[in-house]
Amino acid sequence: MSAPPLDHPAVDETALQAYFDATIAAEHRIEPRDWMPDGYRKTLVRQIAQHAHSEIIGMQPEGDWLLAAPSLRRKAILLAKVQDEAGHGLYLYSAAETLGADRADLTDKLIEGRQKYSSIFNYPTLNYADVGVVGWLVDGAAICNQVPLCRSSYGPYARAMIRVCKEESFHQRQGYELLMTMMRGTDEQRAMVQDAVDRWWWPSLMMFGPPDDDSPNSAQSMAWGIKRHTNDELRQRFVDMSVPQAEFLGVTLPDPELSLDPETGKHRFGAIDWDEFKRVISGGGPRNAERITRRRAARDDNAWVTEAATAYAEKHARAVA
Amino acid sequence: MSDVTAEGGHGAIPTGPEVPVEPQPAVSRRDWPLYEVFVRGKRGINHVHVGSLHAPDDEMAVHAARDLYTRRNEGVSIWVVKAADITASSPDEKDPMFAPSGDKVYRHPTFYEIPETVPHI
Repeated sequence: MSAPPLDHPAVDETALQAYFDATIAAEHRIEPRDWMPDGYRKTLVRQIAQHAHSEIIGMQPEGDWLLAAPSLRRKAILLAKVQDEAGHGLYLYSAAETLGADRADLTDKLIEGRQKYSSIFNYPTLNYADVGVVGWLVDGAAICNQVPLCRSSYGPYARAMIRVCKEESFHQRQGYELLMTMMRGTDEQRAMVQDAVDRWWWPSLMMFGPPDDDSPNSAQSMAWGIKRHTNDELRQRFVDMSVPQAEFLGVTLPDPELSLDPETGKHRFGAIDWDEFKRVISGGGPRNAERITRRRAARDDNAWVTEAATAYAEKHARAVA
Repeated sequence: MSDVTAEGGHGAIPTGPEVPVEPQPAVSRRDWPLYEVFVRGKRGINHVHVGSLHAPDDEMAVHAARDLYTRRNEGVSIWVVKAADITASSPDEKDPMFAPSGDKVYRHPTFYEIPETVPHI
């Protein structure tokens, strides 16, 4: 006697796709075990992983100043901020894992140069005003990018972004407060702030990515609800937010073409050097090699901690058994 | 005493059979189980799922969860549970599992029409 053949009905991808499309159209969230198109999953893993990598690599430019903070107050603030960046990276790796990615594998891909991180973290922090400007401009640009992602169609990503955004606000405000303090100081301190603004302004504008007519994946990501606004829309929003903040601070943004368009109420600004962007994102920035070398050392030099914790857990599991 | 050779010019090194030729594969955090983390925000409300993390054991998972998910007084209590130990229904909203409650509108108070003049109901 043999068992009757089990005829599994063929999975109807058309119906699954239709249900997925309807979920997106209704602005409902896609959750981890839902069916989703391969392209949607791959795009999300890539985007979330690169975002996570940026948070983790982003600890380095500011971490460089932890031992040289000018006061205990500033040191405590900077420590909390750098620790937050680690946390943000981990929330995001956690979201990527719900899509079937493995976070150790993602870290390996980052170290081997097979996945990228934000170009902004390849610039050096040359003086303590840079800590303030990174908080104000770099985290400010990140907030512009990230607030719309709180409504991303993929549930775990959106929820991670809500946590991240709550914490980013502290990052931006501590930076701006640091700069206000320096601007109330000596001429030399004011010059340090201006110098840092001069170096970080253009790279901050590049954080939004290539212009819309050179951003091949944007349309699909927007159709999927992964992305909510185009790169140029977000960049414009950031410029419009930053101009009055710069005026209040008393610094000059390094763009002679920056002017308010009275008709639109928006600011016109000069051309971005996209050659520089491409050079930095492909490894040619001032600090690319150093960032990856240090990330690799953190993985390899601390492997013994992982091994010790694993050995301890195994020993205790045996003792209980 | 194992065999020792000084070939290669870097001083004597053991070469006996007990010395592994291939380096042992490194223990990786990818071997640590995945834990789901639940935080009670304050007294009087439920533990709510906040995310996941990898840890070598339950105790380390609780410590890591505190550092990762409660840096700003977000919680007064943490639960961690190995993701592999969770049994879940299918998430599909059209799942027949949830169909029995879908057609029982009489379970909701709005099913019953009561004149507005009747107080306190």
